[in-house]
Amino acid sequence: MTLSLDDVKRVANLARIEISEDEAQQALMQLSGIFDLIEQMQTVDTADIEPMSHAQDMIQRLREDVVTESDQHMLFQSIAPQVEAGLYLVPKVIE
Amino acid sequence: MQWEIVIGLEVHTQLSTQSKIFSGASTAYGAQPNTQACAVDIALPGVLPVLNYGAVERAIKFGLAVGAKINSPSIFARKNYFYPDLPKGYQISQFELPVVEGGSIKIQVGETEKIVRLTRAHLEEDAGKSLHEDFHGMSGIDLNRAGTPLLEIVSEPDMRSSAEAVAYAKALHTLVRWIGICDGNMQEGSFRCDANVSVRPRGAERLGTRCEIKNLNSFRFLEKAIDFEARRQIEILEDGGSITQETRLYDANRDETRTMRSKEDAHDYRYFPDPDLLPLEISKEWIERVEVMLPELPEARHNRYVEDFGLSSYDASVLIATREMADYFENTVKQLPAQVKLCANWVMGEVSGRLNKEGIEIAQCPVSPAQLAELLTRISDGTISGKSAKDVFDSMWQGEHDGSADAIIAAKGLKQISDDSEIEKLIDEVLAAHSQQVTDYRSGKEKAFNSLVGQIMKASRGKANPGQVNTILKKKLLE
Repeated sequence: MTLSLDDVKRVANLARIEISEDEAQQALMQLSGIFDLIEQMQTVDTADIEPMSHAQDMIQRLREDVVTESDQHMLFQSIAPQVEAGLYLVPKVIE
Repeated sequence: MQWEIVIGLEVHTQLSTQSKIFSGASTAYGAQPNTQACAVDIALPGVLPVLNYGAVERAIKFGLAVGAKINSPSIFARKNYFYPDLPKGYQISQFELPVVEGGSIKIQVGETEKIVRLTRAHLEEDAGKSLHEDFHGMSGIDLNRAGTPLLEIVSEPDMRSSAEAVAYAKALHTLVRWIGICDGNMQEGSFRCDANVSVRPRGAERLGTRCEIKNLNSFRFLEKAIDFEARRQIEILEDGGSITQETRLYDANRDETRTMRSKEDAHDYRYFPDPDLLPLEISKEWIERVEVMLPELPEARHNRYVEDFGLSSYDASVLIATREMADYFENTVKQLPAQVKLCANWVMGEVSGRLNKEGIEIAQCPVSPAQLAELLTRISDGTISGKSAKDVFDSMWQGEHDGSADAIIAAKGLKQISDDSEIEKLIDEVLAAHSQQVTDYRSGKEKAFNSLVGQIMKASRGKANPGQVNTILKKKLLE
């Protein structure tokens, strides 16, 4: 798979990362290197191997369904830029 | 041209856990803003999600109830998008290997039964709430809902009318409450529907381009939104236009759907397995334990009511609207097994009607099944007429005489006169006083009979058993 400069810019936009033309070029080169590596790995026959969804071969531990957290919103909101009536205020967003 | 409407539904059910899906914060509804949003929910750096056993167990319960496959391992994925009420910048959801895969739900529209197939049901966390009232030109964010466990239930595009879609949504709504995984409160957003709607020429194989209508929080809106949307699409196609795939919003005030976002700026969610969560393994033993916990399901009860009780399919489906109502009905029948239909009629009629009128649930019904059975026994053994039974029921509802039907009947003197000799005496008196009508009847005027019955009932102040009055009067007039 070859990655284009447009792909890089699109991904950057989706991730809300502002990048310059030079940075995009550089990212394209680096990412292409990674894709080459992936291509190389894909030549290995993995037909009989079950794919792992996690790097660690362990299973998820579960919590009991009980409330353990108490209200700390005053503490959390002490570092928020703007707060009113218990709400975090953010620039207006309407879809 | 004849058009066919094709509908698939995505239903978000809020799971009835005490705590959130990945944190120990409370999920109770209606708390002050942000008082139930802990460090994990507001995504402070360095926090890690820990999966809630109760949320997984509810998903398994649902899977078993719809005959689906329970995936193990099942994996969690990040769904990436930016919105202020989603503080992590991604929602933890499932993409590949959801907990529940496949399964089906049986629906009934009129006399027709239909199977709606399910694609999948996956666990995910809810987002917070954005309040767009004016905070000096800014939006307010309440993260109490962030991290609330949801089970998103996705159907195949198997429905062909808004009526079928509503029947499916209602069947699902009944089921999730029945098995106790969701409170089903639509006003509080515990049960939210998105509908995928497309149209195609009748007989066509290929599906038309679909539009998704978001956030339908009542069955009536679901029906109206689908009807509007199908009409809109058909009009466009008949005018030679084409449908643009997009997400639309239903505006209940104007009864129309309108564009929310189109495909071009649709989100590219870039799903990938969440490295913060390991694969979820669900053992066979766990599944077996949940299976034992499952109550008799609505469909099984429906069939039992039809086959064992001899009720109509319609009556059975009304009685299983909620598990509480079905239990109430069965507890009444237990005391009066010979009068199933009488019990059904009263539960569906007087009891439900009164509950609706007062706006309370059957759990709060002031008349218990045993008390209702006592009243119905008095109807079936002829002690009181059906008409006075309604008066007695009213008194029971008010709690008079501790809700005892017998005590109320005695106190109000409502006992029917069912003694043959007493009725004969009444009839003799009436016949003596109305000799003209007796002559009329004997000369062939059938109408005179009813008039005489009326006189007798009046003389007994409505308490004579009408069946006995009829029989005895007939006999006497033939003498």
